[in-house]
Amino acid sequence: MHSNESSGTADDPSPAPAAGTATAVLPEVPDVTAVQPKAEAPDALGAKLEADRVSAWFGDHKVLERVSLTMEPGSVTALIGPSGCGKSTFLRILNRMHELVPSAALAGEVRLDGTDIYAPGQRVTETRRRIGMVFQKPNPFPAMSIDENVTAGLKLTGGRRRRDERQELVERCLTKAGLWREVKDRLSQPGSSLSGGQQQRLCIARSLAVQPDVLLMDEPCSALDPTSTRRIEETIAELRNEVTIVIVTHNMQQAARVSQYCAFFLAEEGSPGSVVEQADTETMFGSPSDPRTSDYIHGRFG
Amino acid sequence: MTNAKPVGTATVDVDTPRAIDPGLPVADRVFRGGARAVGLLVLAIMASIGVFMFSESGIAFDEFGWSFFTEHRWALETNQLGVLSLLVGTVTVAAVAIAIAVPFALTTALFITEYAPLRARRTLIALVDLMAAVPSVVYGLVGLILFQPYLADIARWIHDFFGWIAILDVPGADPDTTNWNNTAHQYTSSAFIAGVAVALMVMPVCAAVMREVFSQAPAGEREAALALGGTRWGVIRSVVLPFGRSGIVGGTMLGLGRALGETIAIALIIVPAFDVKLRILENGTITIASQIILRFGESSPLQLSALMFAGLVLFVFTLIVNTIAAAVVSRSRSGAATEI
Repeated sequence: MHSNESSGTADDPSPAPAAGTATAVLPEVPDVTAVQPKAEAPDALGAKLEADRVSAWFGDHKVLERVSLTMEPGSVTALIGPSGCGKSTFLRILNRMHELVPSAALAGEVRLDGTDIYAPGQRVTETRRRIGMVFQKPNPFPAMSIDENVTAGLKLTGGRRRRDERQELVERCLTKAGLWREVKDRLSQPGSSLSGGQQQRLCIARSLAVQPDVLLMDEPCSALDPTSTRRIEETIAELRNEVTIVIVTHNMQQAARVSQYCAFFLAEEGSPGSVVEQADTETMFGSPSDPRTSDYIHGRFG
Repeated sequence: MTNAKPVGTATVDVDTPRAIDPGLPVADRVFRGGARAVGLLVLAIMASIGVFMFSESGIAFDEFGWSFFTEHRWALETNQLGVLSLLVGTVTVAAVAIAIAVPFALTTALFITEYAPLRARRTLIALVDLMAAVPSVVYGLVGLILFQPYLADIARWIHDFFGWIAILDVPGADPDTTNWNNTAHQYTSSAFIAGVAVALMVMPVCAAVMREVFSQAPAGEREAALALGGTRWGVIRSVVLPFGRSGIVGGTMLGLGRALGETIAIALIIVPAFDVKLRILENGTITIASQIILRFGESSPLQLSALMFAGLVLFVFTLIVNTIAAAVVSRSRSGAATEI
């Protein structure tokens, strides 16, 4: 079943399996959104996301200490580190989900293509539309069918589409998420009828439908079996040519496989989490400069 | 279950279900017995109420038979008694109450769960619950003395503009009259005014059920909607309302149950009128429960039996409404959260 799936994406004409074909898909991106013209040149691969000395608190408890990290367009940045080191908190700061927790506070700046998303006057809904998120637990809307799930973001952000445009969008997003071939004959079934891995890919398709510049993934595979995990990783590899991807993972092999850039978070006893080391993935896994990084990626703790 | 084998001759070659001893611990057995007994007791009480009312209404049934359901008069002198106008009045008042209470309850519940800041939330919940604790006679008095003069004005206004709709007509009254003081009484003591008073006591009950269900809408789906760039209203539309559908139905039906059985507030406000009508703004109506309370003390044995019969009709009617609601609620995802 698996080999069938992976070869399937390759000979499907519409998806973007490699960098070469992906650029061919890109020009049609602007006329689908037309909501937010990108600040950079039209051939930009997503947007640049910079965290600048970000600290975070829950009440009086400081959980993150001056994290600075640049997430480049066209790349996958992996955030690794043991549980409770603030990776997920950091990820949720990147699209303003952090502030939903009543006692949460933060310091520093997060810049999307140079603009601070926390600056006064920045609309939080528009920020979240541009910086999408895929959660640990697949969370399709169970009351909606598969295609309604994909287009749910359009309704939520007030975007109206003609019927044929919508159908085309559904197909394109599901194809990008590597799900189209499995669900094309049952688009009107509820999203909850899919398997866990399929649901997660549906959530990815749903995130893509609002044309985000950045896609944040919070341990997207931790609830999935190895086959589904591999499908998601393939999807990530294909998507990085059009959106900047930031992924939190506990799986070292996964971080090594999917990411180009890597940041190691650690919260040492009694102190808030911070980035111990950040480097391109090869360096990080080949010759880490900090002994704690080396210990962690070789499974000696955490 | 039947082929319990002696130990040793293992069930290697026997491909039939084995007997498995559930081995329920003593504590569980005791609890199960206790819970079962209480559950049966509830059913027994319900059944005995039904049986009691059925036997008490025997005299009336012997006298009137099925015509009790088609007779709208309650003429004490000639003993022409029937439940038709009572039943129609009951449904009318309850419908008015629900039509007013449910939109208020829905928006109140949504405000509390989705918009109110955390601290205001607790205060609001306490206040709404307090509304449910106010005795219904107080709502009756408030409706009669405080609200009625204003509601009569509103009724006239509705009559003036929407009188062409049959149920909002008040025959014989002129909404444009200059002599309002002589016309006002045609708009008082109506099903509309009784319905408003009942709505006041039904609203907190509906709101409590809806709030409880809305607050249980899965956090994961809420976050999904927000992360897509949704507003709070978007979250309500795409997550909270679909999830809370059963809570809305459940809360409405619970409120309807209360509205159908409401007695004293209605008895205080209305003027008994035994014609079968749906004109809610017009002076005079009657409901089963208020007729029982108004007539109970001064009835002949036959009339008393007729009141019991009417009570039995209400009992069965409420039971049907609740059963339908339970069926609707149990079919949906959030159904487990509501008890009606």
